[in-house]
Amino acid sequence: MSAPAAPAIAPSATVPPSAASDDPAIAIELSGLGKRFGTAAPVLDDVNLTIRPGEFVALLGASGCGKSTLLNLISGLEAPSSGAMEIPADGAAFMFQDASLYPWLTAKGNIELALKLRGVPRQERSAKAEELLHLVHLSGAGTKRPHELSGGMRQRVALARSLAQDRQVLLMDEPFAALDAITRDLLHDELERIWRETGRTIVFVTHNVREAVRLGQRVVLMSSRPGRVVREWQVTAAQKTPEAAANLAAEITAELREEIRRHV
Amino acid sequence: MSETRTIVPTTDVRDVEAGLDALQTKAPGPGAAARARHNAGKVIAPVAALVLLVLVWQLYVTFTQKRADLVPGPLDVASALGALWAEGRVQEAVWTSVQRGLIGFVVSAVIATPIGLLLAQVKPLRNAFGPLVSGLQVLPSVAWVPAAIIWFGLTDATVYFVLLMGAIPSIINGLIAGVDQIPPQYRRMGRVLGAGRWAMALQIVLPAALPGYLAGLKQGWAFSWRSLMAAEIIAVGGSMGFGLGSLLQQGRDLADLGTVMSAILLILAVGIAVELLVFAPLERRLLRGRGLLNGSTL
Repeated sequence: MSAPAAPAIAPSATVPPSAASDDPAIAIELSGLGKRFGTAAPVLDDVNLTIRPGEFVALLGASGCGKSTLLNLISGLEAPSSGAMEIPADGAAFMFQDASLYPWLTAKGNIELALKLRGVPRQERSAKAEELLHLVHLSGAGTKRPHELSGGMRQRVALARSLAQDRQVLLMDEPFAALDAITRDLLHDELERIWRETGRTIVFVTHNVREAVRLGQRVVLMSSRPGRVVREWQVTAAQKTPEAAANLAAEITAELREEIRRHV
Repeated sequence: MSETRTIVPTTDVRDVEAGLDALQTKAPGPGAAARARHNAGKVIAPVAALVLLVLVWQLYVTFTQKRADLVPGPLDVASALGALWAEGRVQEAVWTSVQRGLIGFVVSAVIATPIGLLLAQVKPLRNAFGPLVSGLQVLPSVAWVPAAIIWFGLTDATVYFVLLMGAIPSIINGLIAGVDQIPPQYRRMGRVLGAGRWAMALQIVLPAALPGYLAGLKQGWAFSWRSLMAAEIIAVGGSMGFGLGSLLQQGRDLADLGTVMSAILLILAVGIAVELLVFAPLERRLLRGRGLLNGSTL
């Protein structure tokens, strides 16, 4: 499968239309979005971002930039304090840094619970769960409990579970941050493959510049306190070569450091 | 347009991943032989400790030359127990008490579980009744005996009332503690997965709280058994059956220390048997399934 061209081009016909917004070319639209907790300084202020269906967007920022809060707003777990947003009506699947698998269920049982809560009939759940386990290369591990799996395997089960939710949008909050480098590398390949196979819209939060460049079609840099969109980079297929990616990462890192220095 | 990045072909990724999975997954646990040795140790160690204690007891009695009717040795108690057994009174007392204990415990669990879930999940109810439940747990349930005798007379109802007042608060408290200790991430994930109120309570909160709930049940059983003995010792006669507590009280009335010691040992033995045969296996299974047993002494 070939990589999409420069992301400026409208999504190809293989991408399913967004479930929510009126404009099929928009999956998520945030305009002037703000969030503050109580009377404290705002966490997010005037965030503007448009994400097309099937797009892979990496949200990058230092600590305190409100990346996680932004995901909570998009998922509907929290309500914004100001601004408007267009999000999928059925909500979004969510994956966290910690796999959050239920320890009393097997790997397959965890996926089946997601299917059950989504309303999939009982007799279809088992086959569907097996299918998803196969997708994340864990066909043989369905009967294992979470504590018997490695961190990387747990995150793959968590990924399968979030795919079981069958939402067009998948939000990922530093899902690989706690993994070792070898595992993380592999999961990057794995996630890219699954993204291409399933056509999901992915919003991937990270504080790792190289990870953002490696995965994203678009890297969005956010400022901290309050969180705002500072700058965006398109990552074309040509820029995914090791050399070009390293150059781009260096450029983004410089900008990120500049942004952090403002807080001295 | 071709993929220009140096990406490993998918099949290779799959192999590398499988290799990494194998490396990172724990080696299989101890084999059948090691486990059998472990289990044998679990039987041998307490038996050895028991033999040692009895030996010390016998040596003390032998060397101090106390009067056998005041300080009976293990052999004296064994013969008293044998005599009671021959009369059929041991069987009757154990059966009566165990039956009462089990019925009372099951009724307590059935009453306490919905109350506990409700208090744990609904904040105003918790604020209103939480302190009362904790207080009831601290109140020795034997304090209810006089009132129960006045209300119900010397009937089985007295025994059950005292038992319920002992067991219900501790089961409620155990369940509440179990719910309180659920990692917040579990509920959050439940909301992300679209769980409603009922699904959240039954599919996520209850199973997540199971270890605490089981600990509460275990304590509830202990309270049941203690309360039952207290009630049986104090309330004797009337239409009440003859339980272990009654046996103990009868031994006291007759100044028969052999019977008293026999009754005490029987009460202890039932307690140990329930712990070993019912709660310990349940607990071990529950915790092992969740990977919480590694490094513990259970």
